[in-house]
Amino acid sequence: MILPWLILIPFIGGLLCWVGERFGATLPRWIALLTMSTLLALGLWLWTTGNYTLAPAPGADPAWALEFKLSWIERFGISVHLALDGLSLLMILLTGLLGVLSVLCSWKEIQRHVGFFHLNLMWILGGVVGVFLALDLFLFFFFWEMMLVPMYFLIALWGHSSTDGKKTRIYAATKFFIFTQASGLIMLVAILGLVLVNYNSTGVITFDYSQLLHTQMSKGTEYVLMLGFFIAFAVKLPIVPFHSWLPDAHAQAPTAGSVDLAGILLKTAAYGMLRFALPLFPNASAEWAPVAMTLGLIGIFYGAFLAFAQTDIKRLVAFSSVSHMGFVLIGIYSGSQQALQGAVIQMLAHGLSAAALFILCGQLYERMHTRDMREMGGLWSRIAYLPGISLFFAAASLGLPVTGNFVGEFLILIGTFPVAPVVTVIATSGLVFGSVYSLIMIHRAYFGPSKSDTVLAGMDGREMIMVVGLAGLLILLGVFPQPFLDTSAATMHGVQQWFSSAFTQLASAR
Amino acid sequence: MDLTTQSFIALAPLLITSATIIVVMLAIAWRRNHSQTFLLSVAGLNLALLSIIPALKVAPLAVTPLMQIDNFACLYMALILVATLACVTLAHAYLGDGGSGYPGNREELYLLILMAAAGGLVLVSAQHLAGLFVGLELLSVPVYGLVAYAFFNKRSLEAGIKYMVLSAAGSAFLLFGMALLYADAGSLSFSGIGKALATTSMPSLLAQLGLSMMLVGLAFKLSLVPFHLWTPDVYEGAPAPVAAFLATASKVAVFAVVVRLFQLSPAASSGVLQDVLAVIAVASILIGNLLALTQTNLKRLLGYSSIAHFGYLLIALVASKGLALEAIGVYLVTYVITSLGAFGVITLMSSPYNGRDADALYEYRGLFWRRPYLTAVLTVMMLSLAGIPLTAGFIGKFYIIATGVESHLWWLIGTLVLGSAIGVFYYLRVMVTLFLIEPNLRRHDAPLNWEQRTGGVMLLAIAILAFVLGVYPQPLLDMVQHAGFQLVG
Repeated sequence: MILPWLILIPFIGGLLCWVGERFGATLPRWIALLTMSTLLALGLWLWTTGNYTLAPAPGADPAWALEFKLSWIERFGISVHLALDGLSLLMILLTGLLGVLSVLCSWKEIQRHVGFFHLNLMWILGGVVGVFLALDLFLFFFFWEMMLVPMYFLIALWGHSSTDGKKTRIYAATKFFIFTQASGLIMLVAILGLVLVNYNSTGVITFDYSQLLHTQMSKGTEYVLMLGFFIAFAVKLPIVPFHSWLPDAHAQAPTAGSVDLAGILLKTAAYGMLRFALPLFPNASAEWAPVAMTLGLIGIFYGAFLAFAQTDIKRLVAFSSVSHMGFVLIGIYSGSQQALQGAVIQMLAHGLSAAALFILCGQLYERMHTRDMREMGGLWSRIAYLPGISLFFAAASLGLPVTGNFVGEFLILIGTFPVAPVVTVIATSGLVFGSVYSLIMIHRAYFGPSKSDTVLAGMDGREMIMVVGLAGLLILLGVFPQPFLDTSAATMHGVQQWFSSAFTQLASAR
Repeated sequence: MDLTTQSFIALAPLLITSATIIVVMLAIAWRRNHSQTFLLSVAGLNLALLSIIPALKVAPLAVTPLMQIDNFACLYMALILVATLACVTLAHAYLGDGGSGYPGNREELYLLILMAAAGGLVLVSAQHLAGLFVGLELLSVPVYGLVAYAFFNKRSLEAGIKYMVLSAAGSAFLLFGMALLYADAGSLSFSGIGKALATTSMPSLLAQLGLSMMLVGLAFKLSLVPFHLWTPDVYEGAPAPVAAFLATASKVAVFAVVVRLFQLSPAASSGVLQDVLAVIAVASILIGNLLALTQTNLKRLLGYSSIAHFGYLLIALVASKGLALEAIGVYLVTYVITSLGAFGVITLMSSPYNGRDADALYEYRGLFWRRPYLTAVLTVMMLSLAGIPLTAGFIGKFYIIATGVESHLWWLIGTLVLGSAIGVFYYLRVMVTLFLIEPNLRRHDAPLNWEQRTGGVMLLAIAILAFVLGVYPQPLLDMVQHAGFQLVG
């Protein structure tokens, strides 16, 4: 029974925030903080008590650490089917943690309509938890689309319009919504196609994951359906030709919105690939893998180059996400256990480091009232602590050893090398560009001649705790990733088995 | 054919509605009283709604060769009656009480709406071209009056005349088409036509021409592209509750009869006509959505959006097998709920009547910070129109996509996806306007105690329904699933 509560807690908490606004402006913040802490605590409790050697794998009926099923729409065999395994648990932990942080980082930034803001924030997180737990494809799509609406409001109502006035926050929010909604509909078409193919062969209408895993389909059908899923995930991840909503949304969103967007929402796409696209369509995915890896490579370089060219510090971090997600994509489609595990670690590490960078950008914005790096410079002497901590996260973002990002990228590259040496070699050189844009960000913002001599306010306790906590976790992930690897091992092993059997078939067919 | 007690039970919804018309008419002649007329109409409509339950027991039953009362007819009768009830309730709020509000005679509006509803009831149970025509005219003619009801407003009068002229032209096409079809098939009943057409592998040229001309007439009423030109003007000019009626009850009735025609004579929609329908669907979706993009008037925007929505519905009509009937039923129910909600908000914002409706988008700026619950209703409706999960509209769209995928109509599905993406843009624009920081200008506002009046209560109920059906649609699906056809040989 704990699984539906993981979803319901944020939704109920959000409503309480809205009601709570009548009794004081800070009450919603505390309610939201409490809600997210409860979610995080529940996640940690599940981590210590659950058995995460259970995970879906080919051949057998999927086994789960925890499962919940309730009939919903009998007409189509749709049920509220939730299940938890190592991968979903790690993602929920990340959601809970970043949820707490996004409440904390908007403590001072958001002063208008506090209750409604936290309602939206909580509902995004509730929808994301739903995505990570849903095992019924209809339910998955339901949550996938549902989390867009509060995110839209978050950007459209509390965002910042760009300084030149060309790109308003409403423009960014609408772009985000249309991109994801349209691609989501393509996924819905693919889901329905899969269900009908299954219906034609078995005579049962069902949207249940475990049953659809056994669907027999022709090669062409599988390929087309796989593409339907892939497009939806490609937009959200984002993969290069579909990425253009991301920098706009990030630049215009409030800090909490950026933290959730980079930290969690992008991960739902990677999660969707690992949970749905690969196991449901292993053969087509194996065939598609070279294309996907190429797209990943393009993402790495394109993201890095454009990040380098940005003057807006949040857009820079946004493009760096595109680059990092390129690595994740390569890891996912390499089909080796090591690389898949690396992709999981990279997802966690990127969630933490990108969240931290966005929080720092937000703190900088609160002091400078600009995100334009041309107007910064020389900040090292003007703000205490903040530049040093930024340097740490910039280093993490370029994949310095000791941080989680290094572990993730290292595992991805070493795991991919035996499968696709050329891709690995090119991807590795992408790390160089990662260092370039990370360091240039630090250089432009914090070094060089100072524009003014006035000393800006240092970091207060709340701001310090957030970023130092994240730094600690990132180092933990970097020096002792084993518990995380153990948790996701079974799930990744399952994915790897699906993939490797498809690869061998593909190889023998050639 | 003899009329038995059973026939009267089956006809009860129509009979009670007609009786209500006469009672209301006499009551107006006896004593003009707004509230009394309103109460009489509501009572009559409720009775008619209740009488569907006994009618279901005797269904399916052919009452005269003209009409067939079956589960399908009962479902759509219920839908029309509910929509009419909602419009009547909205109209009561709109016309206002006592000195304020609508300056002319208020009572006749109810009379006209009731007559139009009776026409709708005939239409959904028609199984004969004569029944179709009688129903259609009974539905349309009172609507001319309704659209022009606020006749001292130039736009309303203009809309009324425009609608009358175009609608009459549409009817002329329809009649001509029927004549040609009769010349070919030698029968006016739907199933008779179906049999006659099925004897040859391909309908003859005469029949195809006749069917196309009928389609023109019906497409006028459904405002499908390229016969949509009247829609935005009429929606804008008509008083808000009338626009709600036009968008819901009127369109549902016409669509239901089209469905019955094509189901009972499947040959009628085969061949070239199927392609024509597909082209109309694509054009309606794209043009409806594209033209809605730049609208700054909420009623016009909803007009264009309804063009697009009926384009989506045509996809199910083109599929016309498997899930299609169910999809049409579910979609129409969700569409009616959503449209009633959206027009309901406009009505309450313009209540009581004061010369013009609050339909400019800027009048809704920052509504959330003044009237949070009313805004919540409109937000749910916009999300539902856009087909976002948690609202009824999503279930409807889900069904249409499922039907399209089932019948492999990939081009149409592609257009639907594209159309929805465009649609999201303007629905979101309306939605975000509601939440923007309010300007100082406040011309129109809903009365402060709007929630406590009948119109407000009804509107909140609709919003809750739209949400509940989005979360738990099973009861609706059960209901619609049982409303299939019983083909009578």
